[in-house]
Amino acid sequence: MARIVLENIAHAYGPSPKGPEDYALKTLNHVWENGGAYALLGPSGCGKTTLLNIISGLITPSEGRVLFDGKDITALPTAERNIAQVFQFPVIYDTMTVAQNLAFPLRNRSVSRAEVEKRVAEVAKMLDLLPILTKRARGLTADVKQKVSLGRGLVRPDVTAILFDEPLTVIDPHLKWQLRSKLKELHRQFDLTMVYVTHDQTEALTFADKVVVMYEGEVVQIGTPEDLFERPAHTFVGYFIGSPGMNVAPVTVTGNRARLGTHDIQLGRAYSELPAGTKIELGIRPEFIRVSNSGRGMPGRVVRVDDIGRYRVVKVDLDGHPFNAIADEDAEISDDRASVVLDPANVHIYADGRLVEGKPLSAGAA
Amino acid sequence: MEKTWNNRAWFMVLPVLILVAFNAIIPLMTVVNYSVQETFGGNVFFFSGVTWFQDVLLSDRFHAALGRQLFFTFTILFIEIPLGVAIALTMPRKGFWVSVCLVLMALPLLIPWNVVGAIWNILALPDIGLLGQMLNGMGFDYNYTRHPLDAWFTLILMDVWHWTSLVVLLAYAGLISIPDAYYQAAKIDAASRWAVFRHIQLPKMKRVLTIAILLRFMDSFMIYTEPSVLTGGGPGNATTLLSIDLVKIALGQFDLGRAAAMSIVYFLIVLLLSWVFYTLMMRNEEQS
Repeated sequence: MARIVLENIAHAYGPSPKGPEDYALKTLNHVWENGGAYALLGPSGCGKTTLLNIISGLITPSEGRVLFDGKDITALPTAERNIAQVFQFPVIYDTMTVAQNLAFPLRNRSVSRAEVEKRVAEVAKMLDLLPILTKRARGLTADVKQKVSLGRGLVRPDVTAILFDEPLTVIDPHLKWQLRSKLKELHRQFDLTMVYVTHDQTEALTFADKVVVMYEGEVVQIGTPEDLFERPAHTFVGYFIGSPGMNVAPVTVTGNRARLGTHDIQLGRAYSELPAGTKIELGIRPEFIRVSNSGRGMPGRVVRVDDIGRYRVVKVDLDGHPFNAIADEDAEISDDRASVVLDPANVHIYADGRLVEGKPLSAGAA
Repeated sequence: MEKTWNNRAWFMVLPVLILVAFNAIIPLMTVVNYSVQETFGGNVFFFSGVTWFQDVLLSDRFHAALGRQLFFTFTILFIEIPLGVAIALTMPRKGFWVSVCLVLMALPLLIPWNVVGAIWNILALPDIGLLGQMLNGMGFDYNYTRHPLDAWFTLILMDVWHWTSLVVLLAYAGLISIPDAYYQAAKIDAASRWAVFRHIQLPKMKRVLTIAILLRFMDSFMIYTEPSVLTGGGPGNATTLLSIDLVKIALGQFDLGRAAAMSIVYFLIVLLLSWVFYTLMMRNEEQS
């Protein structure tokens, strides 16, 4: 149905981009598989919306091609692509009724009246809009408006991909869940490719099978929510996903040992050839740091303890480097002589922000 | 909290009361006062009831002036509103040219009314005026001081030149408040240019257009300075609008009673028509 391929796509808003800093979107190759649920995650201004608008055709990319099932559609106008888009702020046609809103995209494509009525009824049923079909769209609440604008996409039988640009921003928190599960349900029910832009990690992780993390116009990692959590490919991913984010500290690495200030840290992999001249950093998620009073591990100083509810966030200081650690509700932590243990399997090494693979240790080498 | 009862608090309202009294109520009352009295000179007045009102309402002269006034107002509304919207639609939404366009549009609005009248008076003179000479040079027998039709043409052209900008600016304000997402959604929905105008731009401009129509209606219904300078109501009575007629009666003939009665009728007509306009345009809103 719809396999969307982005081939060397790059976009700059200015007329003549000179350096990489002029690009809102840096060169990117990506395949959106048919029927996939993708989330596009990243901070504001990282190029998410630009990427989305390139797919839907609202923006023509400065470089590269967009392929739809192998067909080059880079120059095809939006209306002729089999794509619908839902925007951050609900777009509805105020003066029309809900039914007229839903019928609008079909009417514009001169679909027969009977067919329009049939499709509108189907979509309205799907989105629970049947009782309000004859109501004016103006007075509706934000979540219903957003459903109507989604409905305008679903109503078209030719639509094979729906793009969402932070669709839940203006929705009340308690309705967000409902709407999101509705989206998942629709995704399961139909063979639709869905791309969902958000800067909310919970939204991204609950919606998508695959999460695409963007940072400063680049895709820094594509993976399942587990991948993003366990093996962040970029320090930004580690920092952006998870609460609190990954701890990052500058280290020097030799083989399978890292040196952090005066501390010597055991690593789960060996790093023999780290790129020269780069900034070497260690990253570890707070979940994999154990702070105790046992005396075993590196001596650290506890700076503060925040009780989050089911667990506690302990801020420890290792030779001047702050680390967050997750501790159980009942773990005993004293202020002065805490022992810090980093789980070697989950310590990652980054060169200039990017994950370095390293070699698995042979048995007994550690 | 304990409330302090002190009637001297009423003094706080006094300044506003005095202001409103002097700039609205008292002048209006003098007009009401004149409208029910008759004088034969010597500053002696007699109460004459509603005779002035009967007089005004039944006079052919008033009917003719009212007719001309309505014709003028509706003609300029029919031209200025669509023209203003059309111009606003062609103005750029972003970039350097926005401010250029806005300044150019605002210019006619900054010119004093009697200067506008004087400009057009000279511009349209058949012998030396640029417009007048040009029209005559093109073979038209154009003379706005002699032919009623030419006078009307010039009058309406002048008003359109002077006031379309106001409609443009208001319509433009309505247009730029429409988020980009609407246009993007319309593209995805394959909406035609007309559908975009009909279903997105027009509804979003509705409020400002309501204001534009009301303002243009009231202003044009009360217009005095420009036609007075341009044609003085002539040739003959051809362009004698209500306000010009009123001044002729009040200051030319010094017919105070009739002028006062006419003022009140005039005022009530403006009020009534404005109300009708507003109600008609807002009725749609309430239905939804």
